[in-house]
Amino acid sequence: MTDPVLTFTDRGIYCPAGDFYIDPWRPVDRALITHGHADHARPGHGRYLATHAALPVMRHRLGDITAEGIAYGETRQIGGANVSFHPAGHLPGSAQIRIEVDGYVWVASGDYKTTDDGFCEPYEPVRCHSFITECTFGLPVFTWEPQAKVAEEINAWWQTCVAEGKTALLGAYSLGKAQRLLSLLDPIGPILTHGAVEATNEILRTQGYALPETIHVTPDLDVKAQKGALVLAPPSALGSQWARRFRNPSTSFASGWMRIRGIRRRRGMDRGFVLSDHADWPGLQEAIKATGAETVYATHGYTEIFSKWLKEEGYDAHVLQTEFGDDGQSEEAV
Amino acid sequence: MKRFTRLFTTLDQTTKTTLKTKALAEYFITAPDEDKLWCIALFSGRRPKRAINATELRNLAAEQARIPLWLFEESYPIVGDLAETISLVLPPPTRDSDLPLSRWIEQLRAMTGLPLDERKAQILDAWDQLDTAERFVFTKLVTGGFRIGISRKLMTRALAQATDQDEAALALKLMGNWTPETTSYHDLIEKDDPRADGSRPYPFYLAYQLESEAKNLGPPADWQAEWKWDGIRGQLILRDGEHHLWSRGEELLTDRFPEFERAPDFLPDGTVFDGELLAWDDGPLPFATLQPRITRKTVSKKLLRDAPVSLLAYDLLEIGGDDIRHLPLKERRQCLETMLENAPPDSPVRLSPKLDFESWDALADTRATARTHRAEGLMLKRCDAPYLAGRKKGDWWKWKLDPLTVDAVMIYAQQGHGRRANLFTDFTFAVWNGNELTPFTKAYSGLSDSEFEEITRWVRRNTLQRFGPVRQVKPEHVFEIAFEGIQESPRHKSGIALRFPRMSRWRRDKPVNEANSLNDLKSLLKLYG
Ligand SMILES: [Zn+2]
Ligand SMILES: [Zn+2]
Repeated sequence: MTDPVLTFTDRGIYCPAGDFYIDPWRPVDRALITHGHADHARPGHGRYLATHAALPVMRHRLGDITAEGIAYGETRQIGGANVSFHPAGHLPGSAQIRIEVDGYVWVASGDYKTTDDGFCEPYEPVRCHSFITECTFGLPVFTWEPQAKVAEEINAWWQTCVAEGKTALLGAYSLGKAQRLLSLLDPIGPILTHGAVEATNEILRTQGYALPETIHVTPDLDVKAQKGALVLAPPSALGSQWARRFRNPSTSFASGWMRIRGIRRRRGMDRGFVLSDHADWPGLQEAIKATGAETVYATHGYTEIFSKWLKEEGYDAHVLQTEFGDDGQSEEAV
Repeated sequence: MKRFTRLFTTLDQTTKTTLKTKALAEYFITAPDEDKLWCIALFSGRRPKRAINATELRNLAAEQARIPLWLFEESYPIVGDLAETISLVLPPPTRDSDLPLSRWIEQLRAMTGLPLDERKAQILDAWDQLDTAERFVFTKLVTGGFRIGISRKLMTRALAQATDQDEAALALKLMGNWTPETTSYHDLIEKDDPRADGSRPYPFYLAYQLESEAKNLGPPADWQAEWKWDGIRGQLILRDGEHHLWSRGEELLTDRFPEFERAPDFLPDGTVFDGELLAWDDGPLPFATLQPRITRKTVSKKLLRDAPVSLLAYDLLEIGGDDIRHLPLKERRQCLETMLENAPPDSPVRLSPKLDFESWDALADTRATARTHRAEGLMLKRCDAPYLAGRKKGDWWKWKLDPLTVDAVMIYAQQGHGRRANLFTDFTFAVWNGNELTPFTKAYSGLSDSEFEEITRWVRRNTLQRFGPVRQVKPEHVFEIAFEGIQESPRHKSGIALRFPRMSRWRRDKPVNEANSLNDLKSLLKLYG
């Protein structure tokens, strides 16, 4: 029996053959990063490796880092390991990382969704022996409606807001979800953005991702003059002083958690749209099956329940304790 | 079902009362009469009987969703609602249905009595033609547990708007013994016959908690003080030679309290009392004694002997068949006292005493002795106030005792459900017993959402062991636990049980070794048990 390709340490997922970590949560010398969300791309590492498409946002968020880019599908040898990055469909630049050592293949999924959102690089299944899967929404109650239907709901809500003279305030995480939403909106008025959203917009626009025109809400912007506007902001900003400038608001939040009535009500928003950048229950099953993996490690979510289910389905399944998506409903994880 | 589901979704999506009222009023204008009647029934707690038991329903849903039952059971606490869990796990429908609400309910009612397999087949058939939101509503009806955050008051207001009727008159029409099977929308709402039903109670007048110091209420002479009893609120109705006993939740309790069968023998017809049902034997007994009398439908001789019940009457709403709620409390009280003057000494209806007081300070001293009278504190009522309907501020106040408190250590945590799914909100607390921590109570309310979020993050990082959904955590945090009463309880390891325990404060300032001990609890038990 050879050594495992990846081991699990208190700093994160580690590859002994290549002496690197994947999405480590404590400072390490060499880190391979699946995507730019804060629970995966943390500061303080010696060297970073991520997709070319993921790097600009990471540099913006982590400041001056020593980082190298890699193209999707390109293979790189690190020590005794062959490493490649493959689209995860989670957000622009997001990747699953494939590691091959002595013919054994492991894939660390990072966060992923299996359906094509028409905006970021669509998910591609990667064959492997062992698969580390996220399971943020690893319960059968989480199934997503087609994106087009949710887009219709959001656009209809915006129209109602305009008809009733209200400002539509849409809460969404500033990296990924916000831009995906922008790509789904049928602009019937100006789209105003919070600084956190706009910063990401600018970076992605420079990279060539197509986004509609947006107006950054600055202190000197006369928001009253912006008739029929939709405002896109991180959910935390919606309840803050910042949002008070918008008169007669109708608030909403786009997230997979909005599937659950209790959570919708706790958020206290007028509307909740069920839109997630994570795989739903059928998506997870489909993805795991497509890898052909025999061994599956569940992380990031309902790990215990999900791995028990996988065991019953005949997989050699385990729970992997990580610090991803640490608090189940952090904005980061949805 | 589509129209009703739309209403339900609108009500669910907004937190604003005005929008809820508007949506309901619109429904009452546009829906067919049969649907309106059921809508009124549902929002006033008149739910159709459960068509199938919950276990069968879970099995059926899991089977249909092609998941093992245990996976369904694991999902349920995270969603927090059985009907919602079912509506979310089922495969998408293959058909569509235009049947109105009343027809669906009719079908459900026709189901009782059918063999189980037939009922199952009908439910599956229904699920297959309803979308997620409609399924949720339908399944809520199936489980017989249709409760949504719409107060009866709000529903009544909307109905008043829609029908252009007086809200109070309408509220009275909606009280009592009717169901959609025994009346029609026209007879109940549109006809003008407020006393058609002899058992109909009046809407209860509900008090608010006192918000500032009692002395701000003005001259003591304007106020009447009574004990705030620790029982259940009830209305005793004597009409047409019969008697009816209603709980505040408008549950008809007549058969559970045979003590009142004698009431018509010595109390005049056309009388309605408002008061508190208490276990009473020469004086009030603990609430725990009353408990089995509320929960058990059949009353054994032994139970009647062990837990005799009286109504401590504090108001009179009807006399000689006349509604006297408009009279000032002073006068109603006078009538009440006269009426009970000649009641036999063992009458099940007793006068709840007035507590005379000269000054607010003197009354505060009286209040401090409430626990020794097995009362929760005082009620303050304005002498010249009429008897209003529902919760209204100004004339009736609860002046409760401050709760008892202990400082305890959190040792187990469990996730909440519903609005608190994904948060750790249910905790077990312990006190010191020598060097050991002995668990003595659970509590799940009292913290703010942000405090729950903070403690949730902490629990995730400080779990020592898992027992199914329960996590044992490091004994590191001290909470002040407030409670209303303390009793001996051989069922509990600590030997005590608390009444209404909740977290009143997160004592971040207190190290674990300064938490209270079991001996401290035992001395509270001696004082107040
Ligand atoms: Zn992510
Ligand atoms: Zn994540």
